[in-house]
Amino acid sequence: MNRLITTFAVVLLGVLSSQVTATEDKFHFESPEKNALFIELTKELRCPKCQNQNIADSDAMIAVDLKRKVYELLQKDYDKAQVIDFMKQRYGDFVYYQPPVNPMTIWLWLLPVLFIFIALAGIIMSRKRQVPEINQEQLDKAQAILEREE
Amino acid sequence: MKKIAVYLIPLGLFLGLIVFLYQGLFSNPREHQSTLLQQPMPEFVLPDLMNIEKTYTQDVFLGEVTLLNVWGVWCVTCAIELPYLKQLQGEGKHIVGLYFDQDMDPDFGIKTVARVQQEVTDKLSQLGNPYAYNIFDVKRDLSMDLGVTGAPETYLIDRQGKIRLHHIGDINPRVWNNKFAPIYDELVAQ
Repeated sequence: MNRLITTFAVVLLGVLSSQVTATEDKFHFESPEKNALFIELTKELRCPKCQNQNIADSDAMIAVDLKRKVYELLQKDYDKAQVIDFMKQRYGDFVYYQPPVNPMTIWLWLLPVLFIFIALAGIIMSRKRQVPEINQEQLDKAQAILEREE
Repeated sequence: MKKIAVYLIPLGLFLGLIVFLYQGLFSNPREHQSTLLQQPMPEFVLPDLMNIEKTYTQDVFLGEVTLLNVWGVWCVTCAIELPYLKQLQGEGKHIVGLYFDQDMDPDFGIKTVARVQQEVTDKLSQLGNPYAYNIFDVKRDLSMDLGVTGAPETYLIDRQGKIRLHHIGDINPRVWNNKFAPIYDELVAQ
């Protein structure tokens, strides 16, 4: 009997706690696609106030406002690019974690590539310089030693 | 000779890195260009904070160089800049407040307008009132359109109703003299 009561209590607790998390989730979507897009967007948009957090993660007032705005825009059938544009118009490129490619940011991609090429060139150059150190005379000598051993 | 040049390359790169990182020490990560500069004020229809019946639109800024100061009684730094704003107003600057309330969160119940008005009246009678009037950004929509990240923030708006400057943080004599004064004087002289 005691066991039954315990089991019942555990089940009840489980039900209650799932209700608690459900009420915390205050943005409801009709379609699961929109819900997924909402989660994706709030992870990729950056909180303008608390700079190292995305808006999903932050509880700053501005982040809460931005989340609500994303929700509103998605309800109005905005697609992902349109929501990001809306935010960029107000908060600049800064608000989206993926930086745009422009003459200033292109170096973020070019520098590592350049570094690899320069390093490769350096390695090849230093290899080439070592080659002349073995000259024909040494090769002949080596050949002679090999032949003698045979 | 050639050997020395080879050894100088890493040294040069290292010095370059030092210069790059050193200037990073003095850059402010919170400062980023507002996307609204040279743009007209976003459209809005919002009530006066003290007289909810009265409404303003973006046209209210036409014809006068205005400082639009975003603030709230809950904001500590705003209270610090209020006396200086009062001084600026004494010098003849036209300062308009854009007020928003933190507790006025559409998701978590609503504070009465009368209570917000009382808080504002108390604060301003204590620290001085630099505002010609306060626009009440009820749901913080205008703040969002303006790219406001918090309070205090200040916009300089020219006679054509265009945004010329966006400052995040408080206004003090140093900020005024370095950042605002040159543009403000030019706009007023026009």
